[in-house]
Amino acid sequence: PGRSKMAACSGRGRDGSHSLDKSITLPPDEIFRNLKNAKRFAIDIGGSLTKLAYYSTVEHKVAKVRSFDHSGKDGSSELLYEISVQEEITARLHFIKFENTYIETCLDFIKDHLVNTETKVIKATGCGAHKFKDLLEEKLGLKVDKEDEMSCLIKGCNFVLKNIPHEAFVYVKHADPEFRFQTMQPDVFPYLLVSIGAGVCIVKVESEDKFQRVGGSSIGGGTFWGLGALLTKTKRFDELLQLASRGQHTNVDMLVQDSYGGAYESLGLTGDLIASSFGKSATADKEFSKEDMAKSLLHMISNDIGQLACLYTKLHDLKRVYFGGFFIRGHPVTMHAITYSINFFTKGEVQALFLRHEGYLGAIGAFLKGAEEDNPNQYSWGENYAGSSGLMSTSPDIYPLQRARSGTFDMLEMDRLERQLVSLPLLLDTSSYVPDTVDLAQDAMAREYWLSCFEEALDGVVKRAVASQPDLPDAVERAEKFRRKYLHKLQTLRHQPLTLPGEDGTVAHRKFLQSRYCILVEFTCLNTRSIDIKQKENDIALKCFQRVINSLNALGWEERQFALVKGLLAGNVFDWGAKAVSDVLESVPEFGFEEAKRKLQDRPWLVDSYNEWLERLKGPPHKCALFFVDNSGLDIILGVFPFVRELLSRGTEVVLACNSGPALNDVTYNESQIVTERIAVMDPIIQLALKEERLLLVQTGSSSPCLDLSRLDKGLANLVRERKTDLVIIEGMGRAIHTNYYAALRCESLKLAVIKNSWLAQRLGGKLFSVVFKYEAPPK
Amino acid sequence: VFLFCFIVFPWFGMDIGGTLVKLVYFEPKDITAEEEQEEVENLKSIRKYLISNVAYGSTGIRDVHLELKDLTICGRKGNLHFIRFPTQDMSVFLQMGRDKHFSSLHTTLCATGGGAYKFEPDFRMMADLQLQKLDELDCLIKGVIYIDSVGFNGHSECYYFENPTDPEHCQKIPCNLGNPYPLLLVNIGSGVSILAVYSKDNYKRVTGTSLGGGTFLGLCCLLTGCTTFEEALEMASHGDSTKVDKLVRDIYGGDYDRFRLPGWAVASSFGNMISKEKRETVSKEDLARATLVTITNNIGSITRMCAVNENINRVVFVGNFLRINTLSMKLLAYALDYWSKGQLKALFLEHEGYFGAVGALLELLDSA
Repeated sequence: PGRSKMAACSGRGRDGSHSLDKSITLPPDEIFRNLKNAKRFAIDIGGSLTKLAYYSTVEHKVAKVRSFDHSGKDGSSELLYEISVQEEITARLHFIKFENTYIETCLDFIKDHLVNTETKVIKATGCGAHKFKDLLEEKLGLKVDKEDEMSCLIKGCNFVLKNIPHEAFVYVKHADPEFRFQTMQPDVFPYLLVSIGAGVCIVKVESEDKFQRVGGSSIGGGTFWGLGALLTKTKRFDELLQLASRGQHTNVDMLVQDSYGGAYESLGLTGDLIASSFGKSATADKEFSKEDMAKSLLHMISNDIGQLACLYTKLHDLKRVYFGGFFIRGHPVTMHAITYSINFFTKGEVQALFLRHEGYLGAIGAFLKGAEEDNPNQYSWGENYAGSSGLMSTSPDIYPLQRARSGTFDMLEMDRLERQLVSLPLLLDTSSYVPDTVDLAQDAMAREYWLSCFEEALDGVVKRAVASQPDLPDAVERAEKFRRKYLHKLQTLRHQPLTLPGEDGTVAHRKFLQSRYCILVEFTCLNTRSIDIKQKENDIALKCFQRVINSLNALGWEERQFALVKGLLAGNVFDWGAKAVSDVLESVPEFGFEEAKRKLQDRPWLVDSYNEWLERLKGPPHKCALFFVDNSGLDIILGVFPFVRELLSRGTEVVLACNSGPALNDVTYNESQIVTERIAVMDPIIQLALKEERLLLVQTGSSSPCLDLSRLDKGLANLVRERKTDLVIIEGMGRAIHTNYYAALRCESLKLAVIKNSWLAQRLGGKLFSVVFKYEAPPK
Repeated sequence: VFLFCFIVFPWFGMDIGGTLVKLVYFEPKDITAEEEQEEVENLKSIRKYLISNVAYGSTGIRDVHLELKDLTICGRKGNLHFIRFPTQDMSVFLQMGRDKHFSSLHTTLCATGGGAYKFEPDFRMMADLQLQKLDELDCLIKGVIYIDSVGFNGHSECYYFENPTDPEHCQKIPCNLGNPYPLLLVNIGSGVSILAVYSKDNYKRVTGTSLGGGTFLGLCCLLTGCTTFEEALEMASHGDSTKVDKLVRDIYGGDYDRFRLPGWAVASSFGNMISKEKRETVSKEDLARATLVTITNNIGSITRMCAVNENINRVVFVGNFLRINTLSMKLLAYALDYWSKGQLKALFLEHEGYFGAVGALLELLDSA
């Protein structure tokens, strides 16, 4: 008798898996990447799947800018800065998941390609760790060091919750989208982890190192599988789930209405509630279908687990419950049943949460245990979209073929970020903040538009990438590789919006750009030419700066405020990230600032709260403004700086936030330093403000043309707090329209952009070069 | 002083559950000659039919061993009889009611359980009988408190198992509920309801589970081809669940010390059945036993959590799942004692599934 413990594994692999052809051709260099520099191996061998983890360093080329020495001021050097291509080394974590059947083939491959490693041991966990110990030691020549399953699981869980945005999600059947991703919480503890393997293990996690098994149950995945196999003569777990997804449990279960004729109203029990699982099958006169029995069994087990989870949640006063284990493994039918149960038993007070990388937790944890000296927990890590498979739908009823294929190998790669990322302290509600304005998974029209857009733009990107590396003979080949990989991602997305490799379901075009960048870096196609173009534009703009300031100074106060805003908007027209402007820029490079102003829509603008902004300016100055800038060149020099100068003159401190890394023609932190220095030489107001630290430059920690306010450099967040920032200005389509258009802040905010894309303009009810000027004060 | 009860005979209480109908009948033994004279023929025939038989039709049964003798209710002395039949035979019962002209007695028929609602139109149409519908949890608690107070023919209604963790010395010990509050009342019928009872009329339903007696029987029928509860229990008593279930020791070779889990604990119910070879070697008896153990342990587990959450340490199990089911009772006693480290005590009552029906009868008398 008694209660149980969890056993993540279920003894044998899937029945019949041994008959699979083991000599299946792997594309191993695509899967086990960067083995050359690999170290710190860890492996988690479960009942049917193996998860391998290792650490590598990746070298790629980055373009760096360096200011020339202008102290001579002889004017002979027209160049603003020097560009050099440098090798940058980043740390990367690799996680690969494959069926146990392939373990030997995979180990052989690793052995052949692992050179130069100092690694002596491999951390191992999972119930198969024991069974495969000898094989591991023999094949890899590494000593197997076993780690406790549960502590690995928890360690892995903490790691993904802290490092992967949108790791946790809520599942809503029939909703669109079905997966609702949760924003990262500043504090992940405490939480309850319900791991459903053969049995169920319920763990309360209080901190990084403190967790405790609070309970469990013997009715788990093994019960579903074992009892299901007996009842339906169906051997495989996945087939049982397929049966269940087609069945009707009401034919087997006794419902409240079967005994009451309706609802049991005084207790609020509805008629369709299950009164007795399998209550109708106590008869010899009737045959029951396999589907119905499997469905009834699934309900019985899911409800039971949900109920226990709720009882423990209540007992320990917890709000967050994550479900994992092979019973869940992304199966919609199971997630729905668990979600339903939790919702029922907690009367909607607690939500069942699932994890995208649930299958990797053990391997991640085992890896972390072996890598403590690298202090992986001290850094922020980012998912590398180029090398990750992302959330694969394992639904038995959706895309069975896709599943069969994707089930073979699945990858997760994470890059160590140079900076720690946190939420902007000024967000009104961190937990409900979603950066993206349009969810492409949800919005088919928007999806189709963006997909064609990216497909069309691809040739240009490839062309520019090749042109940027004329001295590298393999540039064409690498660029082609990039084109294929990126096209493949786009096509996958077109057909299966929820299963885009590298996506987490909230498919936003922010992620496309990010993934394009990741792939570019991957193939070292980083384009130094974009810096050339930027530099040219910066030079033109700097020459105009003084003239622009003079003409502004000639205006009266009210006229000047409008001219400043118009200048800001005109500057924003220059953005070859947007297709319309990039065409112009490539054909007519002299497209002028004044001409841009003329192109702008006249007031009233598409979104127009300029009057409110002007009224506000008549009031007391802001304490400190945080300004997320957009493009290099005319935008920052002739649009942003005059505006900033006015703020400074009003007595407002200004924090300019720029990208840490390059994205399209966005101004980077390095560039902004150089540009600011140059302007300071010309302008005493800027110079003084710099000296007195009333004008500060910070980096966002991002290399994306979009802006995720929940993943910002920690230094920026601290500064925002210290300076008591009370105004946030976000400029440009990528940061203020595609993302953050609906972001609610605790302080005043200004979101402005020029719509440089006719489709989007149309969709917003405007025309090309329509203006969005959105000034908002926080809710009182 | 002679207390006269104005409720006309016959006195019935009925509990129509998902699987079984429970009926209690009060047989007055103090009928005066005068009353006998006045007693209508129909009433006499019903009384004689019930008292002179122990089985009715092919499925109705009178649990003679539970009969309460020389009971005084409402000033009348008599015996209380306990009768049950499957809910699916309701139409046979109604037919009998019509044949015996039950409706001519102008009595109120008090009924509880889901069937009181579901079958109300049938009672009216087939037997011309008006049901007085009563809440099943009210009746259940009323019945438990009453029967415990009158005792079981001079013996205790309530009992527990001494040394539940030691099979050699585990034995049934009678006791009195006395002042039982607060009390966790777990009713295991087809499904399970768990109530926290704070006084005779202050209680709440804490939770319930659909994994109950109906699940045990339903699964046993599918797995073994048996058809009755008795058959299923008989098989279970000869089976070995450890062949079907995966135990902690099957995975760890012994106890799992890190979490202080004993090797004999079940890690995964039916967990061994994922293997084809093992599926081929288990017997029907093993499967029946595993089903019983799975359902029982799960009820024990949910009960224990509820007891902790509600801060109650006395638990009374009732319901027909426990009928002739010492195996489950001992398992529950063991599970509660072991996992609560002796903090929780499992109590049982002799009249297992009849309390709802008794409560319905008491409601009838209270209505006077």
